[in-house]
Amino acid sequence: MADYPLTAESIKNQFKRAGIHFVVALPDRVTSHYLLKGLINDPEFKVVQVCKEDEGVSICSGLYAAGHKSVFMMQYTGFLDSINAIRGVAVEGHFPVCMVVGLLGKEPDVAPTQSKKYGVKIIEPILDVMGIERYLIERDADTAQIGSAIDKSFKNSSPSAILIGREPR
Amino acid sequence: MLKAFVRRRKDEIVVAVYMAAQELTHIAPNDLNYTFIGAMGQGSSHALGLALGRPDKKIVVFDGDGSLLMNLGSLVTIANQAPKNYVHCLCENGCYETNGSVPIPRVGQIRFAELAKTAGYKKIYEIADLGEWERELPNILEDEGPVFVTLKVEPGETYPENFPRLYNVEYREKFRQTLAKS
Repeated sequence: MADYPLTAESIKNQFKRAGIHFVVALPDRVTSHYLLKGLINDPEFKVVQVCKEDEGVSICSGLYAAGHKSVFMMQYTGFLDSINAIRGVAVEGHFPVCMVVGLLGKEPDVAPTQSKKYGVKIIEPILDVMGIERYLIERDADTAQIGSAIDKSFKNSSPSAILIGREPR
Repeated sequence: MLKAFVRRRKDEIVVAVYMAAQELTHIAPNDLNYTFIGAMGQGSSHALGLALGRPDKKIVVFDGDGSLLMNLGSLVTIANQAPKNYVHCLCENGCYETNGSVPIPRVGQIRFAELAKTAGYKKIYEIADLGEWERELPNILEDEGPVFVTLKVEPGETYPENFPRLYNVEYREKFRQTLAKS
């Protein structure tokens, strides 16, 4: 995988650096094969699988109230499906829910807003109107943003969205 | 029903939604009351996060039937994690009491206890009246979870609605600090 632009290992290392133990997840085609399966098999992480994405918003919030940091992995379709929970719990309730969102179908090195895929194209504008900080991860060089995004979320008690623009391997 | 629970309460974290939350904040203020649900249906999932994060503390959630119908998958998620410290009490009034008391779909014909049992909850109770609730409470709180309890309830006293209080961030931070010390 040496020549592959984005590796699951570098994302996982950022989670570790940020002190993440709990990963709440619903399988996302962008990240499930290399990243999520790797997290499930890594004893340093506890993966909590959910049946629907809005559960994940609230589980992360309960974990925070109990003194833990977590991240929440899902596909962009799940983000769209759980907008009300994100609005009510994370944004208005000021819970630091760190969402790792796979942009399934985004063309490599094309800005999400320029994607031909409608669902992908609307994600960043929705995040902006909701006032949620966002970070686009397409290469290993981008992954340093993940740790700082998580740190900032927990420092400010506010949600963030880490957008995964291509499959990490 | 809540008053009977409060009389026996020790140091449990209590998660309450909607009418139960309004009532709880009035009759039994406590820094370990968790009412910061933010969106309908999410009480059981907040409680799961708390249960996983603090396995040493008993978590009791007072959920609603309309709320649970919005998040039925959480029964499977909770059973899959199998937190021993999780007590899921379903206040079954057959309607969306906060939203004009409109009946829930299939009112009176759903066995929520069967849904929880099939999902994989370890212990199930179906409580029909206050006397049975008072008798069974010690067992419910002692059993290894996840425990599911259906409580057939009727409208009782009404309390003023105060949603800003339920979702207040200062109370939430007080909850976090209190829990961190306990």
